Order: sequence, then structure tokens, then C-alpha cells
Amino acid sequence: MEALHTLILSRIQFAANISFHILFPTITIALGWVLLFFRIRFAQTKDIKWMEIYRFWVKIFALSFAMGVVSGITMSFQFGTNWPGFMETVGNIAGPLLAYEVMTAFFLEAVFIGIMLFGFSRVPSWLHILATFLVAFGTTVSAFWIIVLNSWMHTPQGYEIIDGVAHATDWWAIIFNPSMPYRFAHMWMASGLTVAFLIAGVSAFRWLLGDRSRDVRTALKVGVSIGALLIPVQIYLGDLHGLNTKEYQPAKVAAMEGLWETGTNVPLILFAIPDEEARENHFEVGIPGLASLILTHSWDGELQGLNDFVAEDGTVMHPPVAPVFWSFRTMVGTGLAMLLVSWTTVFLMWKRRRMHVDASAGHWLAVEGIPKPVFWVLVPMAFSGWVATLAGWYTTEIGRQPWLVQGIMTTDMAVADVPAPMVMGTLIGYLVAYGVLLFAYISVIVYLARKAARGNDERANDMSHSGKAQVEALQPAE
Amino acid sequence: MFPDFANPAEWLPWAFASLMGFSILVYVILDGFDLGVGILFPFASEAEKDRMIGSIGPFWDANETWLVLAVGLLLVAFPTAHGLILTTLYLPVFVMLIGLILRGVAFEFRAKAHVKHKRLWNNLFFVGSTMTALSQGFMLGLYIMGLEQTLATYAFATLTAVALAVGYSFIGATWLIHKAEGGLQLKAVQWAKESLWGIIIGIGAVSLATPLVSTRIFDRWLDFPTAFYLAPIPIISGLLVVWLWWMIRQMPYKDDARSWLPFAVSTAIFALAYLGLAYSFYPYVVPEQLTIYEAAAAPESLLIILIGACFVVPTIAGYSVLAYYIFRGKATELRYD
Repeated sequence: MEALHTLILSRIQFAANISFHILFPTITIALGWVLLFFRIRFAQTKDIKWMEIYRFWVKIFALSFAMGVVSGITMSFQFGTNWPGFMETVGNIAGPLLAYEVMTAFFLEAVFIGIMLFGFSRVPSWLHILATFLVAFGTTVSAFWIIVLNSWMHTPQGYEIIDGVAHATDWWAIIFNPSMPYRFAHMWMASGLTVAFLIAGVSAFRWLLGDRSRDVRTALKVGVSIGALLIPVQIYLGDLHGLNTKEYQPAKVAAMEGLWETGTNVPLILFAIPDEEARENHFEVGIPGLASLILTHSWDGELQGLNDFVAEDGTVMHPPVAPVFWSFRTMVGTGLAMLLVSWTTVFLMWKRRRMHVDASAGHWLAVEGIPKPVFWVLVPMAFSGWVATLAGWYTTEIGRQPWLVQGIMTTDMAVADVPAPMVMGTLIGYLVAYGVLLFAYISVIVYLARKAARGNDERANDMSHSGKAQVEALQPAE
Repeated sequence: MFPDFANPAEWLPWAFASLMGFSILVYVILDGFDLGVGILFPFASEAEKDRMIGSIGPFWDANETWLVLAVGLLLVAFPTAHGLILTTLYLPVFVMLIGLILRGVAFEFRAKAHVKHKRLWNNLFFVGSTMTALSQGFMLGLYIMGLEQTLATYAFATLTAVALAVGYSFIGATWLIHKAEGGLQLKAVQWAKESLWGIIIGIGAVSLATPLVSTRIFDRWLDFPTAFYLAPIPIISGLLVVWLWWMIRQMPYKDDARSWLPFAVSTAIFALAYLGLAYSFYPYVVPEQLTIYEAAAAPESLLIILIGACFVVPTIAGYSVLAYYIFRGKATELRYD
């Protein structure tokens, strides 16, 4: 009983830590590249608005980066404090992957972020651009190694078990394991979408506050455009990822679909309450055959049901159904909302581009004249990327249960023999800290947006875009 | 002390122990000075606080990364030891992590949040730095005591906790002597004078306690003729402490000459003390329980990391030096805009 409590509390603690952590890399991975784009546009055009956008978003980048670093350090200690069995069993494979993450990526970002943030006035322009590039590159490489390890835990290969310990036999197979390309691409797009909607949402908020500056208009257009471009790609990648999961982790797909019995012509369930006791769904509403069509690309394709994953002795070897079922629907629903919102907004901007030609800002899309309700929708969508990313992670990570490493070790094999009250106590500590920090993080973004909106307002009143403002902004940041 | 270089199962764990030891040492010195600056925070005025933050702003991220590398190497090279050490140190690790989280984000928040919240973040920066330093010192003490948990070992760990925190504030003060000017520099000299005892007590306590806890270590240090070869470590350390004490009394020198010297000498003292510790505990990774050879991961995995490390670690060192070079000179206030 004690062990059970420790297990469930440790799982909650790990879930809390990784949920908190993932929020920030999700932002920095793509925001780094978007910042590089802003920085290069400034170097090309010498148009001050690009530097204004860069300066605004680099602050949010720095804050997100710090949050990511400190919560990431927590993650690296968690392996030892709560899950020693993990490294003892698969350390020979997980170890080198984590080591490469630290050596190739973590140091790169950590060193060059100093130059990126504070070096503008100390180094030549090319070096500042290079630092921005290296930070973006570093965050991406970091994500790559972590996703390699995570994917390997879902679809392990290239190893052999000797005396209960995994040994690497083929590093190429380990790194390029079957689910890695899909997972990496899916995560990368998720990051891009998160950043797109964050930029769009914060810019819309500034617009609603009365900020009509060129930088806020440009940022809004960039954000919405990236979102509109990426979301179809993401839906396509998600479909590919689903097919891959069906091949390697059919139990997860069965839980995502709420499918109990193996069958053909399986309906796509829109709503249901899965009941694991009765092993059936209540209040099921579905579209006949659609799940078969999506997952097998044929109306009468066969899908494996959850009941296939119950052993003779009654041991359940499939994940808990309801959380996987619901988080999957949350992710897909959020994605569809992103599609609707970004395309509608881009369409409206495109319709209005000829009515409001702004010669200096370019006129590929126009923000003026967009109905206010669109902005009201964009503002809450600022954090839609977080919702979708978390829901996606829950789908894939809870969907892996009871396995920790598919087919090699179950989660309960890895947990530390730490007294349950100690796990409980630290869990509460982490939750309080994370709650406070999340509140502070969002408050600071709101504060920075208000401050920027107010600042632009004042500038518009006295010396808007005058030569002096231009010179000041180009001056060293001292 | 040196392994058989023909046998990978022997020299690979040794190489990784050295690499891990190196990154812990670099971490203790680099994050030591910026944690120290955090511990000294309440003693500075508002304007000085901005300057102090300015002196560590471009570096702290990279400094902290050495901790990640050290724990990463422990994790990958000695997986069984990693689990054993960290589950034993569960609570102090938790305190350290919360400290690191608070400190790392307070740093960013204080620069961006509303002015009226700045004081709160300043306080959290101090609290986080102090929590981190104390818990690290506490873990060091317990480690030296062989990870035994009794009243006596807790008492010793409390002593090392305070000593390390004061030691960090000392090295932080010497960093500020170099990076600050004017009133803040004078204050830093004063702080250095007041916190030198942290180093003396810390190193003294550890040097006395280690041989008493383990007869193996006792024999290692006091055997003839090894005692003769080892004698320079304590003697040089002692001389360096005296030199520091004497030098700080006269600082700052005219025209700010040699303002880097106290930091360099402190670094040397930290390194010597660390060398002594490493000598005491080798070849154990968990004191008196588990050697690096017993705890090591499979040679083929270690080799693949080592190949990478041979290219990567010099590169890391290279661009770290570049960063310190770019931000050389007196600290200025950090601004993004």
C-alpha cells in the first residue's frame, strides 16, 4: 500500500514537473527562430519597427528561457530522486542521449543567450545575429535529443537486454527510432503554433488597449500568418503520427478512440463517457466508419480494441481510457479552433489590404478595419498552444502506461523507495511554487504588453517616428 | 591513483569521474560567485543591486549549466550511484531545486515586473540564492559523512551548509571587487573581509572531519611518504588564505590595479580544497560503499559520450571564454531597451 502511494504520488509529481517545464521550451523553441527572423529583417531593412518587435519579444524569450532552465534542472534531478530504476535499467541508452543534449545544446544556448540579451551594444551586428541564431539552434537541438529519448521510450529498438539491463547495439536505430521523426516534427509545429498564437494574442491585446504602432501591427500579422500556415501542416503531421502510433502502440490508439472491441468500420466518437469498470462507453455519439477511414484510410479497416490488451489473468495492459480519450479530444478541438481563427483572421486581413494601404509598412495584409470581436477571440487564444501541447503530451504519455519504456519496463519498476509523505510534501511544495510562478509569468506578459502599449501611445503623441526616435533606438542599449 | 589505460572498463570510469569532478569544481567556482552575489543582496542599496545583477547577468545561465553537466555525468556514467545518492539526499535536493528556481526566475522577473514588485523579486533572489547555497553545503556535509543520517552527521552538515554559504558570499565579494567600482567596490572589500572566515571554517572542518570519519582516508593522508607529497596542498592553501587576508586589507589598490587577484586566489583555494576532497574519496563515488568501477555504466555507452565530450568540452570552454571576454571590464546596468 505504501509503495502504491509512493508510486501514484511520484507519478503526479513527475507529471506536474514536466507539465510545468514543457510550457516554456514550447515557447522558446520556435520563438528563437521568430526572433532571428525579426533580427534579420531589422538588419536588412534598418526599419526600426523590427527592432521594436525584437526588443519586446526578446524579454518574453528571456523570461521563458529562465523558467525552462530552472524547471529543466528539476527534471534532471527527478530521475534520480524519484525514478532511480529508470537509469539503472535503460541508463546505457538514455544516458548518452541526455549527455549529448547537455553538451551540444544546453551550453550553446546558455552561453549565447547572454550575448543575445545584453550584447547588442558590445558586439558587431553580425555577431549579435549569430548569437540569436545559435540560441535558436541550441533550443532546437535540445528538443531534438529529448524527443529522441522520449520516442525511444515509446518505440524502443537497437538494444539488447543483458541481465535485465538494456545495452545499446545500434545507435543509429536508437536515434532514428520509428516514432522519432513524427514526434519531433509534431512537437516542432506545436511550438510554432504556440508562439504564433501567443504573438497574435498579445498583439491583439495591445491593439485593444489602443496601441496602433507599426510594430504591433506587424507582429499581429506575423503571428496570425505563421499560425495560418502551420496549422494545416500540423494536422497532416498529426495524422501521420497517429498512423505510426497505431502500428507501434495500438493500445494507445484504442484508448484515444475509446474503442473496446476489435472491429472494422469503426465509428469516430465525437462524445462519450468511457467507463473502465463496465468496459464500455456511455452516451456515445459517433460518425460511422470515420475512425477506420482516418486511421487505416479505408472505410472498413480493422482497428484493435482495448479488450485485446487484457491478459488471461485479468492484468490490464492498456492505459487508463478516460484521460487519454479526453486529452486527445482537447488537443484536436484546440487545433480545429486554431484553424478556424487563424484562417478567418487572415482572410479578413487580406480582404481589407487594399482599403487601407500603408506604404511604409507594406500592404500584404491590413489590420485596420478588422472587427473588434476578432481581437477579443485572438486574446484568449494567446495560450491555446499551451492547452493543445499539454493535451497532446497527456495523450501520448498517459497513453504509454502501464509501460515506462514500451515492452521493457513498467512504470512501477522504476519508482524510488521514498516514504510517501516525503513525496507528498515535496509535491505540495512544487505545486505552490509552480502556481505562483505561472501567475507571475502571465502577469508579467500582461504588464509588458500594457507598458509597451502605453509607451507607444505617448510616443505617438509627441515625436512619432521622428529621426530622434530612430537614432535612439539604434543607439547602444546602455 | 591512475588506472590501467589498456583496459576500457577501468580507464573509462576514471575518465568520467575526472570529467565529473572537473565540472563540479567549475560549477562551484562559477555559480559560487553568482550565488554569493545573491547572498550579499540584502546588504546593498537599490542602485548597487542593479549593478550587482549587471555583473552576473550575462553569465549565470552558463554557470548553472555546469551543474546540469555534473549531474548529467553522474546520471549517465554512474547510474546506480546517481539513484542511491539522490534518493538519500531527497529533501536537500528539493530545497536546492526550489532555491534554483526562485533565484533563476527572480533574476528575470525583477527586471521586467512592475517597479512595486521589484522588492519582492529582490527578496526572492536572496532567498533562492541562500537556499541553494545552504542545501549544497548540507549535501556536501552529509556526503563527507558517508551519507549517514544521524544527529551528529546533521550537525556537521549544518556546519558545512553555513560555511559553504559564507564561502560563496566570499567568492561573490571578490568577484564584485573586480567588477564593481566606487562605493560598491568598497563595500565588496568589506564583505570579503567579513566572510573570509567561511572559507577557513569550511575547509578546516572538512579537513578535520574527513580523516576522523574514515580510517581509510586517515591512512591515506598520514601514511609516510605520501604525507610528504601531499603536504603542499594544506600548506599552499594556508599561505593563499594568509595572502588573501593581507591583500584584502589594502584593497582597492591605486588605479584599481590587480582587482582580479582576490577572485583568482579564491579560485585557487577552492580548487586545492576540492583536490584534497577528490583524493580522499577516490575511488569511491558513494563514500565507502560504491566505487566508480562498480557503479559505471556499460563501456560502449561511456565511449560514445567520451568521443563527443572530446570535441564538445573544449568548444564549450572556448565560447565561455568568449562570453567572459565580451563582457569584460566593470559591470554596467543591464538593459534590453
